[in-house]
Amino acid sequence: MAVLSEEQSLLRDAARTWTQEKSPVSAFRKVRNAAEPLAYDPTAFAEMAQMGWAGVIIPEEFGGSDFGWLSLGLILEETGRTLTASPILASAAAASAILLGGSAAQKEAWLPRIASGEVVGALAVDEGPHHSPDKVAAAAKKSGAGWTLDGAKTFVLEGMAAGVFVVSARTSGEGADGISLFLVPADAKGVKRQALKLADSRGAANLTFEGVALGAEALLGEEGKAWPVLEKTLDRARAALAAEMLGSAVQAFETTLDYLKTRVQFGQVIGSFQALQHRAAKMFTDLELSRSCVEAALTAIDNDTADVPELVSLAKAKMGDTLHLVSNEMVQMHGGIGMTDEHDAGLYLKRARAQETAFGGQAWHRDRYARLQGF
Amino acid sequence: MEDLDAFRAEARAWLGANFPASLAADPDATPEIIPGGEKPAGDALLWKQRMAAKGWGAPTWPAAYGGGGLSAAAARVLAEEMAAIGAGNPVQGMGTSMFGPTLLEYGTEDQKRRHIPAIVRGEVRWCQGYSEPGAGSDLAALTTRCEDAGDHWKINGQKIWTSGAQYSDWCFCLVRTDTKKKHEGISFVLIDMHQPGVETRPIRLIAGSSPFCETFFTDARVEKNDMVGPLNGGWAIGKRLLQHERSGQGGGRLMGAGKPLPAIAEAYAAADDLGADDLRTRIVGQSIDARAHGLTMRRAAAEAKANLNPSAATSVMKNSGTKIGQDKAELTLEIMGAQGLGWAGEAYTEEERAAVRAWLSGKATTIFGGSAEIQNNIISKRILGLPDPLGAH
Repeated sequence: MAVLSEEQSLLRDAARTWTQEKSPVSAFRKVRNAAEPLAYDPTAFAEMAQMGWAGVIIPEEFGGSDFGWLSLGLILEETGRTLTASPILASAAAASAILLGGSAAQKEAWLPRIASGEVVGALAVDEGPHHSPDKVAAAAKKSGAGWTLDGAKTFVLEGMAAGVFVVSARTSGEGADGISLFLVPADAKGVKRQALKLADSRGAANLTFEGVALGAEALLGEEGKAWPVLEKTLDRARAALAAEMLGSAVQAFETTLDYLKTRVQFGQVIGSFQALQHRAAKMFTDLELSRSCVEAALTAIDNDTADVPELVSLAKAKMGDTLHLVSNEMVQMHGGIGMTDEHDAGLYLKRARAQETAFGGQAWHRDRYARLQGF
Repeated sequence: MEDLDAFRAEARAWLGANFPASLAADPDATPEIIPGGEKPAGDALLWKQRMAAKGWGAPTWPAAYGGGGLSAAAARVLAEEMAAIGAGNPVQGMGTSMFGPTLLEYGTEDQKRRHIPAIVRGEVRWCQGYSEPGAGSDLAALTTRCEDAGDHWKINGQKIWTSGAQYSDWCFCLVRTDTKKKHEGISFVLIDMHQPGVETRPIRLIAGSSPFCETFFTDARVEKNDMVGPLNGGWAIGKRLLQHERSGQGGGRLMGAGKPLPAIAEAYAAADDLGADDLRTRIVGQSIDARAHGLTMRRAAAEAKANLNPSAATSVMKNSGTKIGQDKAELTLEIMGAQGLGWAGEAYTEEERAAVRAWLSGKATTIFGGSAEIQNNIISKRILGLPDPLGAH
């Protein structure tokens, strides 16, 4: 565990108490069974916003607490533990894009509403089945003083809940060059969203934009030069997601460890079998290493150091491998009960693959890490 | 509060007056280990004698036994001042790192007076008589016999992996004094290596020559006052000594030295001639693991400094670090291809020959100091609270 400030310790304790008492896994089960497109409990999110969790990375002048990304990570680690469904991560990512690239007017218009939880924000970046932020076919053309947006986006996290999207669209060039970011209200004419029914039962949407008319004020940052802002924004989202993954993995491991200590076969607890002990020790080792990477990435973001991209890819790759292993072992070590819907193991397994996939899987981040190392 | 600033000034002045500048180490060079009992010459001898007289070779040991008598904080200041001028500690070896701290804790006044000052002066070299052919991971299965021979103890049996035994003056040794009990039948004795009943044979390993020996005891003699702790009470002392050994096994040292893999790959592998995508993926995986390990060492240090509870992270360091080192060595060979198979001779660079030896000798890292399996047992039992499948201890 990183060395925390007093306010961070308080925040972590508050998050732990609230998630354990108000939002245990059974709460997520209810959300799943209700099968609403929103895919989270709005009352629970209102409570979280009340505690300031929607504004952790937003400056005080815009209604946030400006506690930073390590602090947000502490909250997400706790919500990850209980699989708490909420748009906190998606909103923080969208707010981050506005903070990094937005004008004073844009910040004024959106950040206070995101910080209070009144509006949910979401990133609409990918267009295919894999994370690939420089493959942008969605296009925005100049139209009078404003723009016309056409195209499609896939796997937009909290896409059904969002009141505003940060959309990447091509205004010129190819690859990373010529990408612009736009703030698109969800209720703008020509925006269509299709709710996705995902294995992990969390909220996401595919979006289409058909001749969406945007004013000049919709352009976020400089025309055609959004790539650096987009990269920074995505790195923040990835690191925050890695923190949530850490929480999910730690809880999956601890639940499994409890089972090893209580399940009796052959007249003894199965945790007395060395074959299982050594697999548990391996998971524990990987979790410790992964925690170091996740905390280092979040700390680097807070300190705005040059190694943010490589530490983020390190964290997402390492954490993804560990979560992959732990989520599989959770099912395997629980045996038959782990295959039942009644048990939580399946919920962690399904959530794990969605977390691994979002904002780049292990292969994508390993490759990026290698390239950033000049290899 | 002691005055560390005053001590720093004192240490700096003394080092300035006494450290021979000719010995200043290149800060990038691997420090050369000068074991206790080795006989240096010239400036090295002078430096060793001066440090021995000052007691700073064992800075935190009590001055009554020749040590420096410094607090841990003052010893850190001394280490900083020595590092700043490239001064190494000339008193090294198992005497200072493992045996001395244990004897200071468990020895009698007479034993400390007889053995500790000679260690501080770097005059006596110690070796470790623990493992036996039939007692490796299951160390308490050891069978080397120690019998009461009236005015002395009589030792018969064989030890193995006694590093440096052929150069050692003394051996701290676990021996069996009761054959009916396991852990409670073990005693801790000190054996003079210069006697007819002691024979050492160096062991040649897969990587070539090694510091390891087999050591045979045939009616070897141990004086009655050289048993440390009570009869049959040696196991606890032996385990305590192992804690000193493991704390010296920093995770970093085992990770494998040398250039990072991508740099080696650039020199050897044309991108298209060896299944490059597959190799690249594995190199990156190793690099990521190494970075994660380094960040974890840093986190553990930060946690220790902030006085948080002892970090759980430290328990995983040995298995993590050794695996990273071995993976690196395997990948290095694979990158070098046929050039990575050179054992000796002009056809191979020094780097290539060293890579082969490092690959082989590195296999020992998951075996010594508690094998990878034993480390996993320890994590399972002590950290995860799972039942011990091997019974108590």
